[in-house]
Amino acid sequence: MKTSEFIAALAADPVPEPVDLGRRFAAASALGLIGALALYALFVGPRPDFAEAARTARFNLKFLDALALALPSLMLLVRLARPDAKPGVLGLWLLAPLVLLAFAVSVELAVTPSGAWMARLIGENWMYCTTMIPMMAAPILAALILAVRAGAPRSPAGSGALAGAASAGIAAFLYASHCPDDSPLFVATWYPLATLICAAVGALAGRRFLAW
Amino acid sequence: MPVESPPDDPWSNMMRAAIAGDEGVYRRLLEEIGRSVRVMARAVFARARLGDADVEDSVQETLLAIHLKRHTWDPGQKLAPWVNAVARHKIIDSMRRRGVRRAENIEDFEDFLAAPAEEDPHALSDAKRLMEALTPRQRDIVRSISLDGQSIAATAARLMMTEVAVRVALHRALKSMGAAWRRSVS
Repeated sequence: MKTSEFIAALAADPVPEPVDLGRRFAAASALGLIGALALYALFVGPRPDFAEAARTARFNLKFLDALALALPSLMLLVRLARPDAKPGVLGLWLLAPLVLLAFAVSVELAVTPSGAWMARLIGENWMYCTTMIPMMAAPILAALILAVRAGAPRSPAGSGALAGAASAGIAAFLYASHCPDDSPLFVATWYPLATLICAAVGALAGRRFLAW
Repeated sequence: MPVESPPDDPWSNMMRAAIAGDEGVYRRLLEEIGRSVRVMARAVFARARLGDADVEDSVQETLLAIHLKRHTWDPGQKLAPWVNAVARHKIIDSMRRRGVRRAENIEDFEDFLAAPAEEDPHALSDAKRLMEALTPRQRDIVRSISLDGQSIAATAARLMMTEVAVRVALHRALKSMGAAWRRSVS
């Protein structure tokens, strides 16, 4: 087929589908969050001493860290849904959760005796942490991938990994209220592992479903 | 608040008119973009020693991607950088399918805008072969509008369909062709 003939077919279809990327992301996030909350209610739930824990810095830091991961990765995901977009300063914000964790770990190492380090790192619930976070992240990841399909990300695998990281951040925020382990040594070991699992699954899903 | 487009940026205005439904302007815009993408594809293919055989294929695949993804263009921005990004993505993609590993350094599209190239009248593309992935009705509609140069109205009358139904079928057909292109390996 000649290109001029091919263009005739394209030009006969001139009005694009009304796609509002921002709105799609908002809807996807809400939908994914509902799925994650349902899983939370069914299988996870808050820890019994939630009210007392909420008065400690270690406990609250877990939520801050989850937000520091979820917000920049979600915003970057939205931005990179356009093919001509560049990460810009937002890309650097992805380091925020790591910086926060590194700071918290160094404080923890300074204030706790070295004999307690290993016990705090292993904690009580690491298996739970690395399975429950990806489980609650799954519906969020699926909804985000569906939303990005309307876009045209320059790197499908990269955007998929970002969607995975964002979903892990939101899931970690929920999971933090359940987990009895509050030491930054624990959080800096197992939460990033759970995030990596989600990002890897997201990258594979992105390669498969976000190619355009 | 609409952003004023600079006088040397006719493409953005043309795309805005196209999105509002001006078929003639859209056709002219795609012809112009196609000529620039052709220069880019030829240069990149030549550097990878691929020859010109698949250039037209790459041009058409890029035009289809521009068509299907034009809602990801921000009308407040210039169109050329967006077209550039889409063209790079599709040309690199089509080279990878042809076994070229390193195709990343494509210089700026703006360099190619200056020297548009006409289509090689003997060039063939995969589009016709990809049409086999369509349903018979979709294939009939695409062939009628492209190869036979019929209007939507004439096609609808011949197939005893409404114009809206023809447009919907055409849009679905173009989407399927985009997917088939991604899967195709020459």
